[in-house]
Amino acid sequence: MTELAYQETLSCVQCGYCLPTCPTYITFKKETHSPRGRINLVKMAAEGKITYDDMTEAIDLCLGCRACETACPTNVQYGKILESAIEVLAKHKDEQLKSRVKTMKAFLFNQVVPNEHIRKVLGTGLAFYQKTGLQKVAQKMGVLHVLPENLHAFETILPSVEGPIKRAKRERFYEAVTPQPVLKVGFFVGCIMDTMFSSINTLSMKLLQQAGCQVTVIQEQGCCGALHQHSGLSNKTQELAKRNIEAFERYDFDYVVNSIGGCGAMLGEYPQLLADSPEWLERAERFSKKSVDISVILSQLTLPFKKSLPYKVTYQPSCHMTNVQKRVNEPLQMVQNIPGIDFISLPEAHMCCGSAGIYNIVRYKHSMKILDEKMKHVEALAQQPNIIVTTNPGCHLQMKLGVEREGLSQEIRVVHLVELLAEACGIEA
Amino acid sequence: MEQLHELLQQVIPDGERVLTEKADLASYSYDASFGVYMPEVVVQPLSTCEVAEILKLANKHKIPVYPRGQGTSLSGGPLPVRGGIVMDLSQWTSKLEIDTENMLAVVSPGVTAQAINNAALVHGLIYPPDPSSMNIATIGGNLAENSGGPKGLKYGVTKDYVIGLEVVTPEGEVIHTGGKTMKNVTGYDLTKLIVGSEGTLGIITEAILRLYPKPQATETLMALFDDIIDAGRAISNILSAGIIPAKLEIMDKASVEAVEAYRPTGLPTNIDALILIELDGHPEAIKDEIKRVNDVCLQEKARSVQIAKTAEEAAQLWLARKLVSPAIVRVKPTKISEDATVPRSKIPDMFQRLKEIKQKYNIDLVVFGHAGDGNLHPNIIADERDTEEMKRVEQAVEEIFQAAIELGGTLSGEHGIGTLKAPFMEMELGAVGVDMMKRIKQAWDPNDILNPGKIFPEPNQRFVLTND
Ligand SMILES: Cc1cc2nc3c(=O)[nH]c(=O)nc-3n(C[C@H](O)[C@H](O)[C@H](O)COP(=O)(O)OP(=O)(O)OC[C@H]3O[C@@H](n4cnc5c(N)ncnc54)[C@H](O)[C@@H]3O)c2cc1C
Ligand code: SF4
Ligand code: SF4
Repeated sequence: MTELAYQETLSCVQCGYCLPTCPTYITFKKETHSPRGRINLVKMAAEGKITYDDMTEAIDLCLGCRACETACPTNVQYGKILESAIEVLAKHKDEQLKSRVKTMKAFLFNQVVPNEHIRKVLGTGLAFYQKTGLQKVAQKMGVLHVLPENLHAFETILPSVEGPIKRAKRERFYEAVTPQPVLKVGFFVGCIMDTMFSSINTLSMKLLQQAGCQVTVIQEQGCCGALHQHSGLSNKTQELAKRNIEAFERYDFDYVVNSIGGCGAMLGEYPQLLADSPEWLERAERFSKKSVDISVILSQLTLPFKKSLPYKVTYQPSCHMTNVQKRVNEPLQMVQNIPGIDFISLPEAHMCCGSAGIYNIVRYKHSMKILDEKMKHVEALAQQPNIIVTTNPGCHLQMKLGVEREGLSQEIRVVHLVELLAEACGIEA
Repeated sequence: MEQLHELLQQVIPDGERVLTEKADLASYSYDASFGVYMPEVVVQPLSTCEVAEILKLANKHKIPVYPRGQGTSLSGGPLPVRGGIVMDLSQWTSKLEIDTENMLAVVSPGVTAQAINNAALVHGLIYPPDPSSMNIATIGGNLAENSGGPKGLKYGVTKDYVIGLEVVTPEGEVIHTGGKTMKNVTGYDLTKLIVGSEGTLGIITEAILRLYPKPQATETLMALFDDIIDAGRAISNILSAGIIPAKLEIMDKASVEAVEAYRPTGLPTNIDALILIELDGHPEAIKDEIKRVNDVCLQEKARSVQIAKTAEEAAQLWLARKLVSPAIVRVKPTKISEDATVPRSKIPDMFQRLKEIKQKYNIDLVVFGHAGDGNLHPNIIADERDTEEMKRVEQAVEEIFQAAIELGGTLSGEHGIGTLKAPFMEMELGAVGVDMMKRIKQAWDPNDILNPGKIFPEPNQRFVLTND
């Protein structure tokens, strides 16, 4: 797609029903940063009434959380409109990007994300850095201030990373604990997730195993392509999608399971992505139907809970899980089912936390304003939770940063749903 | 204009609330109706003092100012048709006080009716006016348009709840109308004059609103009909039996079909119309009333009547009504939502006229809405890009207005005149009626700077439904 999705903009009747759902409208307080405003800008740009430059800021500051779609009475395909705008702008503005942002983006996408080797090194480096205590030294000496503020902010909240050796030793196959596997599952590990949060993947597979699934990790899988897609690189995304479809087609799985809200959303949208290639569409549909979030599978099976967890827990759903995968109840129900848990629901939970792919890195300041709105709701809770549950690595890091910024890291722990379930089942990574 | 920008910045020094970027101007160039007009500046005041200073400035330099809430107007109310300043009041939400002793709410102009009702509920009170846009539109917009919703039948509309206003005049003076008392006959009732004035007489900066105690119980009933005219008669008879439902809504065959195609809720599609009724009040009283409503419907040849047994069942029945809007635009993208209104007794006649208009112009006309108060919402679905169809639609709409007025009704029950219906003002009010209104406008706004081009037709203005 290299044109603006003009037809799609015409189905917007400008009713404004989407306004109260949009985190950027609420935070930045002007129509320009609302869904209705953005759709109108895309429409006007397509009609030649404004220039591409005029709509750049509004599009750049969209989180892509797609909460607006859920409120829209006329079913406007906002995701499509946004992606078309991003892609058109990416072509148009590549030269004008600030060099730092550009280098970082290029580095992230062309090098880090798809490159297995660098990911491993990054993972190793992080683990080394944390395990040796260098992190503490560096933090103390303030060396980190040399980093741009945004990367620096994240430094303090990076998860403790499983070393490469441990990750390499991780099983590639988990036989079901039941005599007959209830389900045969292929596991989608994701790329960033498997670097920074590989222990969550390990726990996920062990949980599936305990619930009676036979779990396989296949070598041939790769990045889901979400970050590329949200940055206007849909050709690259298509390539990655085809690779994944091909990889999983070789096996006979009942489901392809992942524990990353954002990747899951992308995997589910492969059919739209490949809609223009007839030879792929059907294969993409078959793949997407099988691809589900771990909470969906676990909520259909029985987990062997062993411990009661005396925690006050709140839950921040991932936007892509809620608005794109449309899985709202399953993860919530899983959290609430854990024995001993005192569940406190978070007001305005549907509002994006501002992590949004790499938004919090390239749009750090704006992202922090959105995060501050989110943390206001956390702090306004009548009872302070000791745990915030998320279902996506991006949200996880962002919420951790939020807790850190409010000085609450002693009181509140941020965990992935899977970690909490594993703890209740007495499973360790 | 450069100069204007500087002057405005003196009034609002923080720099972020005076917008001049092309993208910002484009984002305040529309509302939920037709037409796109670029302003020169957008300002977002957050205090009465700022509003007053801006109006003084604009009045001195004769620059038009257009108050804007959340831009959900269906009649072009906030459009900057002559360029100038759009004044966005939607971000001004600082005050929302509930005075439980006097059963009142005191609010800033940007607060939504939904927020007011939620705040009232905490104290066992309600704010009844319920336009379907109530969780988006601002109270300022509700007041300026005198908005109403389904509950209008029993509880009235916005104007029945406002007893006091703070208003900034077009010359930049601050006045207070009414007050905190239920009774007030001191001088002309300026409160009611401002309500429904569509932002042409003054800018509302604060409102005092009445609240009601929350009713103890509610009951919901749905009746299916084989002929919409029978449904119309049933509605008239329920009301003349002395029963006043909280809501009384109708859906015709086309809207039922659209909903079932969009998201099936199990409604039969071979009916001609259905009505939905909600009664509220003392539990014993409404038990008796629901039985009587049931009997009236059956007498008027209702095919069947269903009374919801639980709150969930009631919600399920109302769901179909909620889905009408999204469902009908799936058929074609452009929705022209009319709200011509007739006296209750003429409801069956209006149905007949609508049936004829639909056939005559061969248009997709769907009727659903607040049947109880005669505020039918004939919606036409069309395709903006089909100019031939749009011409037929324009003619049909003109004829709908004519029919409503001939039946003793009005052009607009709740959406307002704005730019869209201005050409029809004289048809309803007569030349003298329009002139008296014009004189009021001239007295309040001698330089015609506040929301010019609204309500009163421009010379030779025609009715159009396109964006260019
Ligand atoms: C999907 C949909 C459903 C709707 N349903 C209903 C309904 O059920 N019932 C109903 O009555 N209407 C309905 N409307 C119409 C609309 O929502 C109402 O007219 C609403 O009151 C407009 O409020 P707003 O804040 O969006 O104001 P805007 O649309 O921004 O402005 C409306 C008018 O008010 C003026 N104005 C705004 N704020 C002020 C102020 N502080 N002081 C002075 N003037 C001001 C503007 O100049 C303009 O003339 C609906 C609209 C949509 C899109
Ligand atoms: S995707 Fe999210 S941030 Fe973007 S317009 Fe929609 S609601 Fe707003
Ligand atoms: S809710 Fe849908 S139709 Fe309404 S303004 Fe938003 S995108 Fe447009």
